[in-house]
Amino acid sequence: MFDVKCDVAVIGGGPAGLSAAMAAKESGAKNVMILERDKSMGGILQQCIHPGFGLAYFNEELTGPEYASRFFEKDKSLGVSFVPNTMVLNMEKNGTLICSNGEKGMMAVHAKSVVLAMGCRERTRAQIQIPGTRPAGIYTAGTAQRLINRQNEMVGKRIVILGSGDIGMIMARRLTLEGSKVVAVVEIMDYLAGLTRNKVQCLEDFSIPLYMSHTVTRIVGNNRVEGVYIAEVDEHMQSKKESEVFVECDTLLLSVGLIPENELTKAAEIAINPVTNGPEVNQYQQTSVESFFACGNVVHVNDLVDHVSMESEIAGTYAAKYALGQIEPEEGFVGCTPGANVRYICPQKIRLDAERKPVTLFFRAVRPQKNVRIIASCNGSTIYEKKAFKVNPGEMEKVTVDVAGFTDGQQLTIRIEEAV
Amino acid sequence: MKADVLVIGAGAVGCSIARELTRYNLNVIVVDKNPDVGGLASKSNSAIIHTGYDASPGTLESELVVAANPMYDKIASELDVPFSRVGAILPAITDEQFELLPTLKEKAFKNRVYDIEYLTKEKVLEMEPNMTPEVRGALYIPRESIIDPFLLVVGYAENAVANGAQFLLNTEVTGIEIKDGRITGANTTKGFIEAKFIVNAAGLFCDQIASFVKKNDFFVNPRRGQFYILDKNTNCKTNHIILPIPTKLTKGKLMCPTTHGNMLIGPTAEDLEDKLDASTTKEGLQSIVADVKKMIPCVNMKDTITQFAGLRPNRNPEGLHIDAYDDVPNFVNISGVRSTGVTGSAAIGKYVIRLLQTMGMDAKPNLSFNPVRKSIPCFHEMDIHQKEEIIREDKLYAHVVCRCETITEGEIVRAIHSPIPAKTVDAIKRRLRAGMGRCQGGFCGPKVIEIIARELGIPQEAVVKDRIGSNMLEGKAK
Repeated sequence: MFDVKCDVAVIGGGPAGLSAAMAAKESGAKNVMILERDKSMGGILQQCIHPGFGLAYFNEELTGPEYASRFFEKDKSLGVSFVPNTMVLNMEKNGTLICSNGEKGMMAVHAKSVVLAMGCRERTRAQIQIPGTRPAGIYTAGTAQRLINRQNEMVGKRIVILGSGDIGMIMARRLTLEGSKVVAVVEIMDYLAGLTRNKVQCLEDFSIPLYMSHTVTRIVGNNRVEGVYIAEVDEHMQSKKESEVFVECDTLLLSVGLIPENELTKAAEIAINPVTNGPEVNQYQQTSVESFFACGNVVHVNDLVDHVSMESEIAGTYAAKYALGQIEPEEGFVGCTPGANVRYICPQKIRLDAERKPVTLFFRAVRPQKNVRIIASCNGSTIYEKKAFKVNPGEMEKVTVDVAGFTDGQQLTIRIEEAV
Repeated sequence: MKADVLVIGAGAVGCSIARELTRYNLNVIVVDKNPDVGGLASKSNSAIIHTGYDASPGTLESELVVAANPMYDKIASELDVPFSRVGAILPAITDEQFELLPTLKEKAFKNRVYDIEYLTKEKVLEMEPNMTPEVRGALYIPRESIIDPFLLVVGYAENAVANGAQFLLNTEVTGIEIKDGRITGANTTKGFIEAKFIVNAAGLFCDQIASFVKKNDFFVNPRRGQFYILDKNTNCKTNHIILPIPTKLTKGKLMCPTTHGNMLIGPTAEDLEDKLDASTTKEGLQSIVADVKKMIPCVNMKDTITQFAGLRPNRNPEGLHIDAYDDVPNFVNISGVRSTGVTGSAAIGKYVIRLLQTMGMDAKPNLSFNPVRKSIPCFHEMDIHQKEEIIREDKLYAHVVCRCETITEGEIVRAIHSPIPAKTVDAIKRRLRAGMGRCQGGFCGPKVIEIIARELGIPQEAVVKDRIGSNMLEGKAK
């Protein structure tokens, strides 16, 4: 077996991995290696040919491949080793990664620290349990995006999209531009799953109808999809039988959520947060196994790649510090617990040590709320407060808190309240 | 085309018969209207090799199922099919069920299934920690087993091909020709096939085939069974097949491990008319969850990775029939195979050969018959040295295409070029499990389409999911 040693091994060459590798290199790690299963770097950004990336990070609007190539070029100039066509099959707690590689065959990578940047996968038809037949023509939105944008193949002519996630709305526009008819975008909730800007730019600008509080109740067709039944749902999200209508289509796209891909993480017995489905991390993006760091959608699903890059730079920086033995001794932890109308907070823990730098906490609301106060408190006393016009589960929120005065064992909470 | 024996239907029964026929010097042709072997009922079922403990004693079904069960250790080993004798537990939860246990045990005895035992509540909970604590006791049937039904059928078929049989898929029988009281052959969508004997193993459509020779004094309706498959990572697993105590109305819904480490729960039993309606329903799926939770309360539908429905060929009037006739002396009519088709296939194959011999089939042993068939080497199951070795031999094994089940391009290419070629997305899924994992082909699907198109030299938009017309793509983007 081919053995290689490195300071930092990054699993995944998407936006998270590319940013983490850059930061690791810049923080002094000598040997930084990205292990990527695809034949090229960039991850899902390679199929995101639409603009809208980089507004926060580069202050300009880029397409997915452009955004990825900025980091790729930077990594290249810094001397990051790219190892494409490589699947990590097993990850041991000591930092040994067993991989299959297209060139070298079986390969063992021995890393001083590891950055997990495997991204996420899409929820499927089965997970939301749509009854009916199982014909051709049912795709998750991201799969359809790959087929169209990377393989130049059309998935269908007459499309229904279930779910108002960002990829679904972006695909509604993409398919329309390619000449397909998007008959309907259907969302079970009474609020949008994705970003408002995508609703405006991808649906409204193309007069694509969006049905809120509706769902697909049945799929029809034996060989190819022939149509779907769509019904309105009540306040318990149960479909109202009397509202059910048949909609003819040859394709059903699903944009019903993303799940962090943590099979390797689980096998290495790294603690997983049941709400995010990603590893629990501290503000250095360090997991419960101290030589493993994690960033991007493998930790929690982000709506903007710019946030992924920022978070991943932290992971890369501290993975390098860990490999070089530069992490300050630990003085304790503060736990972060979601309060009223907060679904989760990332990172879940704040590690206390000599650094004491301000910490940015990302969080999502449970349900939409207008005219709110966002309050962060530590052991009961308010440490941060801001007003916001609205919060929406589809749009991630963040606050930055000063941790200088924190002591071991304290609890930090973020809550969203109605502003008075 | 000329055959000594023409078998109609490439499900478990048809393929087992074909394999048994190749033990003799016979020219064997199998036709099926579907694009792959394992047609309909054989690919969508509970994947259990039954003991026959609860068959109707004295029936042909009881005889053949009971006879078939012990054959599977050898068959699975010869054909390289995943098979495990996990055993079944029938928990009695209510007083009423508890009182039924002796009757069930007696029925098993009448079916000559003697290795059936009572289990105390403590023993059940020790064997199945996820069983409801309300369980009062149980019956244990050690030889109830699980198998990979797709690979069983592929195994039978590929071994038959290796021993000289010919399979014509996407080929539908449209009529049977009779001359002077004997069948001369069958008309198919691929032309006339001359045959000395015809065996009707068409499952759900056996009544239609039988009508071509006017032997349709019965009809078949589909009895739909809906199922869930749960992720290998679920926390709620069982070690055994957990069978409900049957009621007068239904055999009920079971929970069992699969040979690949998933959990399977179901089925419903719904009598339908439409032989193509393999759709799941909200009500059906909900009833599965509700019923199975009574035995295994921790079942969580969050862990589901797919749902499917299968259609059991339900004969009216009921009962397994393997018939020969004086007035059509070279025709074997198999009907009423129902839910024990996969189990029964091993014995039905032997039984039909003997029947054909009594009907005058000239069968000299095929001295070069080789019973062994090897599966495509499975990368996922290899140790590190085997992995290194196979990659040295075939570089495509280093390229993992299906990340959830760790299936490589090497395996996919071999499946496409195997004795029964896997030319569709579903055929590859059934042989290798690419696309059967938790992402359900989200990541590997587009790559599988590319590989099939490349290997078959066809455009990607010609690649089908399963049957003709199930094209995955609509053409090129602008």
